[in-house]
Amino acid sequence: MGGIIPPHYRSSRRHFLARAGAASFALASAPALAEAITQLPLPGGPDERQITTAFPQKGALILQRTRPPLLETPFEVFDQSTFTPNDRFFVRWHWSGIPTDISVDTFRLAVRGHVNRETPLSLHDLLALPRFELAAVNQCSGNSRGYFQPRVAGGQWSNGAMGNARWTGVRLKDVLDRAGVKAGAVQVRFKGLDETVLPDAPHFMKSLDIDHARDGEVMLAYAMNGEPLPLLNGFPLRLVVPGWYSTYWVKMLNDIEVLDQPDTNYWTQTAYRIPDTPNGDIEPGATGGTTVPINRMNPRSFITNIKAGDKLQAGAPTLARGIAFGGAAGVSRVDFSSDGGKSWTGAELGKDEGTYGFRRWQMRFALPSRGDHVLMVSCTNTQGETQTRSPNWNPSGFMRNVVEQTSVAAT
Amino acid sequence: MVRSMLPVTLVAAIAFSQPCARAGSEFAFKSISVDLPAGDSMFPKGPNSDAADANCLACHSAGMVLNQPALSRSEWQAEVNKMRTAYKAPIDQKDVESIVDYLVSVRGKQ
Repeated sequence: MGGIIPPHYRSSRRHFLARAGAASFALASAPALAEAITQLPLPGGPDERQITTAFPQKGALILQRTRPPLLETPFEVFDQSTFTPNDRFFVRWHWSGIPTDISVDTFRLAVRGHVNRETPLSLHDLLALPRFELAAVNQCSGNSRGYFQPRVAGGQWSNGAMGNARWTGVRLKDVLDRAGVKAGAVQVRFKGLDETVLPDAPHFMKSLDIDHARDGEVMLAYAMNGEPLPLLNGFPLRLVVPGWYSTYWVKMLNDIEVLDQPDTNYWTQTAYRIPDTPNGDIEPGATGGTTVPINRMNPRSFITNIKAGDKLQAGAPTLARGIAFGGAAGVSRVDFSSDGGKSWTGAELGKDEGTYGFRRWQMRFALPSRGDHVLMVSCTNTQGETQTRSPNWNPSGFMRNVVEQTSVAAT
Repeated sequence: MVRSMLPVTLVAAIAFSQPCARAGSEFAFKSISVDLPAGDSMFPKGPNSDAADANCLACHSAGMVLNQPALSRSEWQAEVNKMRTAYKAPIDQKDVESIVDYLVSVRGKQ
């Protein structure tokens, strides 16, 4: 069993002020609050992050990087609703050449390569295809990287580089069928409008195998939670790959290329690779193992209404609640422990909003005695996959899904 | 699996020109124009901070570095090498050691 790692950051007094400000939508116009700071309990630090409201179409988010933007959802947002509001949804870009003016009249999606008809599609054309909708968690490969020990370089996220939305758009299969995929196609490569700063740098692109691309679930979304995508979440169109990490969910998607050879671009061949082991887990420092492109998400679960360090009343009926997701399969069960993992009880599951979305859960319990206690929660998906009991580790800080531990004191 | 094909009304939260609504459609895409924060702060002053300013800030703001955990010299060296080889940052060889020195001075592991 690893060390005790709180499931989310603790609030400071200044952070409380930021939350109050955000709640009243007054933060942007209140300079005194604009420098609100939150603390993420990342082992060894640095742990201070600014709460920013400086980004268009976005409310209060944790500033991980200004340019290109890395913005994290404050964890309390996950306690407030099953679907993550668009203005609190996390943001992650690789290159800072992000278009800031997008005309919906001139926007075109190219569908080209190993196809019969290379016809560009307008947004009007996409609206004419059958509409498709599903709920799915979009989670960064490196969500929770800041908790890796030993620490690794990269975006130092707490647990908020994820969000759940209802995505509306069209099936990728329908778009590919319209173009007519030729026999011999092996992969489909996706590219967005974002540009590199340096001319020789590799444009961000990701690829899926042809059968995955045509599975009838991978989709192009022009709306999330019933509204157009915020620009920073990929307006006007992004790929949605249910159950897979968000590196594949290419934003501002304007180019689909059907390949008759495996993709060898940097972002598939070199970046975003994991050790070919369960949960990408290896011993820190181990080298020489085979790697594969990151792919299916693993299950995770979180307590959202009780934070590390909270004081609870011994013997009193207490409610724990939170979110779970099964990764590439639905949630089968969520188990809760109030004694540090010695005993577990199945939690009550909330409404099923879809295989790939957040599932709410809740559990009533009472801490038997005064003193320190550790609360734990673990999700098992419908394929029998569950969370790791000791932290998984790899040099890129990907796929963390250890059972979270929340230390509380009963008084 | 719960899925629906219910119609969705798109409500544009922001401005702007010339919606390209289809007749009879409840969708109305609207063009977008926004500004993003510049993120143009320099690195904290110190020995070799000018090398970091000159070579790192074209692609990313300084906060990316300052939010990193303490890393060893070899780990910082690997990061600079990655910027040069994978991301094609045109860093002169003579600047590499200065940049690594600076990174170790601000986020080095003892």
